[in-house]
Amino acid sequence: MTGIIQIENLSKQYGSGTKALSDVSLTIQEGEIIALLGPNGAGKTTLISIICGLVVPTGGRVLVGGHDIRTDWRAARKLIGLVPQEIALEPFEKVINCVRFTRGLYGEGPDDAYIEQVLRSLALWDKRNAMTRELSGGMKRRVLIAKALSHRPKVLFLDEPTAGVDVALRREMWEVVDQLRRDGVTIILTTHYLEEAEEMADRIGVINHGELLLVKPTADLMGEFGKKTLTIELTAPLAMIPDALSDRGLRLSPDGRSLAYEYDTRAERTGIAHLLGDLAGQGITVRDVSTRQSSLEEVFMSLVAEPRQEVTA
Amino acid sequence: MSGVNWPGVWAIFHHEMTRFFRTIMQSLLSPVLSTVLYFVVFGAAIGGRIQSVEGVEYGAFIVPGLMMLTILQQSVSNASFGIYFPKFSGTIYEYLVSPVGWIEVTLGFVGAAATKAVLIALVILLTSFFFVGVHILHPVWMLAFLVLTALGFSLLGFIIGLWAKSFEQLQVVPMMVITPLVFLGGAFYSAEMLPPFWEGVAKLNPVLYLVSGFRWSFFGLADVPVGVSLVAVGLMIAACCAGIRWIFATGWRLRE
Ligand SMILES: Nc1ncnc2c1ncn2[C@@H]1O[C@H](COP(=O)(O)OP(=O)(O)OP(=O)(O)O)[C@@H](O)[C@H]1O
Ligand SMILES: [Mg+2]
Repeated sequence: MTGIIQIENLSKQYGSGTKALSDVSLTIQEGEIIALLGPNGAGKTTLISIICGLVVPTGGRVLVGGHDIRTDWRAARKLIGLVPQEIALEPFEKVINCVRFTRGLYGEGPDDAYIEQVLRSLALWDKRNAMTRELSGGMKRRVLIAKALSHRPKVLFLDEPTAGVDVALRREMWEVVDQLRRDGVTIILTTHYLEEAEEMADRIGVINHGELLLVKPTADLMGEFGKKTLTIELTAPLAMIPDALSDRGLRLSPDGRSLAYEYDTRAERTGIAHLLGDLAGQGITVRDVSTRQSSLEEVFMSLVAEPRQEVTA
Repeated sequence: MSGVNWPGVWAIFHHEMTRFFRTIMQSLLSPVLSTVLYFVVFGAAIGGRIQSVEGVEYGAFIVPGLMMLTILQQSVSNASFGIYFPKFSGTIYEYLVSPVGWIEVTLGFVGAAATKAVLIALVILLTSFFFVGVHILHPVWMLAFLVLTALGFSLLGFIIGLWAKSFEQLQVVPMMVITPLVFLGGAFYSAEMLPPFWEGVAKLNPVLYLVSGFRWSFFGLADVPVGVSLVAVGLMIAACCAGIRWIFATGWRLRE
């Protein structure tokens, strides 16, 4: 099945020599929400910019709705809405005129009823006659979203939609995305927060150094990386793990003073209560416990490190 | 012109004209003021000594030149600023991701810049009626030259705006190139008043052909044949269009 977006062997080397993307291929299905995760400079914005027509790729091709973005760009671009990472707005323009303007650029006639609906859904209707420069940062970002939605795109790109947005607004943003999902809009968003990707996306792609390291359904990825480690510090050092506990997947630290237990946070039973009971049953006294969740950095670290391990093995 | 995104053209044109009307007083006041100054300085001071040029009262003789000077300056600065500002503020991304190509962007921005320049030139013509009696021999040709010249130099300004990477660059071309060309292009004198050698040099200046054709539409007098003037403007428009098309096709300074 061909997707609404087909990215084939896409590469980009900037004039400065920076290789921002190398050989990225990805197919995105209609109605899907995909989150691109990656550290600063990974190439997320470059990937989005190429698909939207802001940056010319040095290799490969992209089809949007079956239209090549280089040769059939008018048809391809009509399907797309972009919310850029950097806020850029005409300062001396009313909010509603900004949105009308974008709709015009996309070749659509005026439709104030629809624009009202968009502004209301983004809680901007009260601000429709305000100058954009009078708005707060979070409001400006929502104006950018309203502009991007002004022509009813089938594909929406959100480049770090929640950067610099407070917690309450972040929730609101997630709700907006959820509404768009129900309307059948395909969404590609970038973020630095695993939590955010988990909340919104059907699939998560991880990019680093211009390479798409993996793309997986969110549930699978969270299963792999959503693990927590419980560290149990012992009052007296152990020489070895007692046989009765050998099937629990415990790891004893080299000094014998602590046990590490890995568990899945999303499992119904984490087994922690049992484990602590059994330890007491074996006469092992616990001094302290702590837990640690594998962070996004560790996700990257493990992904980046893996190929190297293969080489040395 | 099927396939052109006309709502897109209108959106850009309307947006640019809105900015013009928002600052209508500044937009009109300074050209009118400088016209008045030109009449006082050139018309009164010089006109006192030069009674007439080729049978035309000097005050009236400089009206076409003044209008040309204004139209060139306004066209270039409107169009170059019009496209430079979104580059500077970052809103250029919208033009690059939406289904508008070089045709729509050019028609929108250049159309607006040329419209503003023509409006201002007409206001100057009205202003000059207060100072001298100007009779226009070929009003339709006068308008045609005005519009064509505004288009040609708005296109040039548009290229300057696309090329410029800083406000300094944006201003250097109009200041260093356009203004001297206008002053040396016979705006305030007839090329025939120059010694033969300098008359030859002046004829290398493209602006001379515009001023000459334009003056012909007023008084029926020209330094060069009117047909040559028309061809000169036509060539300029064609060359600029080709340049803009190339810029958008390659993404030079836009999609780098
Ligand atoms: N216009 C440009 N010219 C030259 N190099 C660029 C340009 N834009 C980006 N780069 C480089 O390309 C690489 C990828 O940048 P990109 O903006 O795509 O990263 P990103 O994943 O979006 O990062 P962030 O999370 O910080 O937004 C970086 O090394 C960056 O320095
Ligand atoms: Mg980015």
